[in-house]
Amino acid sequence: MKFGVVRFPGSCDEVDAQLAAEHAGEAIILWHGDRDLHGVDAVIVPGGFSYGDYLRAGAIARFAPVMEEVAEFARAGGIVLGICNGFQVLCEARLLPGALLPNASLRFVFRQVELEVVRTDTPFTRACTDHKRLSIPVKHQTGRFYAPDDQLRRLESDGQVLLRYAPGHNPNGSLRDIAGVCNEAGNVFGLMPHPEHAVDPVTGSIDGLNFFESIRAHVADRIPV
Amino acid sequence: MRARVLVKPKAGILDPQGQAVQRALPALGFTGVANVHIGRLIELDVEDPARLPEMCERLLTNPLIEDYEIVEAETAAPSGRMGTSTS
Repeated sequence: MKFGVVRFPGSCDEVDAQLAAEHAGEAIILWHGDRDLHGVDAVIVPGGFSYGDYLRAGAIARFAPVMEEVAEFARAGGIVLGICNGFQVLCEARLLPGALLPNASLRFVFRQVELEVVRTDTPFTRACTDHKRLSIPVKHQTGRFYAPDDQLRRLESDGQVLLRYAPGHNPNGSLRDIAGVCNEAGNVFGLMPHPEHAVDPVTGSIDGLNFFESIRAHVADRIPV
Repeated sequence: MRARVLVKPKAGILDPQGQAVQRALPALGFTGVANVHIGRLIELDVEDPARLPEMCERLLTNPLIEDYEIVEAETAAPSGRMGTSTS
């Protein structure tokens, strides 16, 4: 299978995302100005500071030519994973519900956090059946997940919350300890923690691999070989 | 027309910046201050002001988390006067 990792001006985690995805398949970089997804099976919108995060994090990046293709791909059921800034971009593009606000502490947080996988029957978490507690780093200043009350209740009842910070590990004041949510159709997922930075034992955890492995397994099931 | 778009966090959303400023003011002797909120001012010259609300909804603000107000400013006001005292 082939992953495509978007590179915006100001992205900084696209190479790590590419290397992480290569544990599960082939992975190429998709240039932000390119209106072509080059036949990838899944898109990763990576972390960083796309377009300088001017105005609001992710606000400008959502208008990049490649994002029109990503939106089209997502509407057709394609698998899209947004990490950190990628999560912000997908929220701004309305491909994901909610918004990310400045951390309640107003500080940049950079630490390893414990996460709880809420559901393991999704394209992004199916490899987590035996790994429901994950250790993955966060590094952001704008990661406080917010959605209005009624939307929040709907996210919970529809099972769109896939990932929570474990009790005591919420680093940013996210409502209901939400660390990652998917869209209604379940094919677009965004999370603030960085699974691509937790794929090598040398960094202390390989828990991040579960997400890439899940996507690989999902795509393998869907595409007859 | 020169317009000013005033953007502020929606009521009820935690605004830690506003809170930090509110906590700092009494330290300087400014008591009796409440409900401090920090937003953003966007100033722009537009040919068709009727399109401003759409600009606000689609890019200038995120309607999920921010409220905005469009204010008509004096036309062709020279920049660089902000922060100067009129006294």
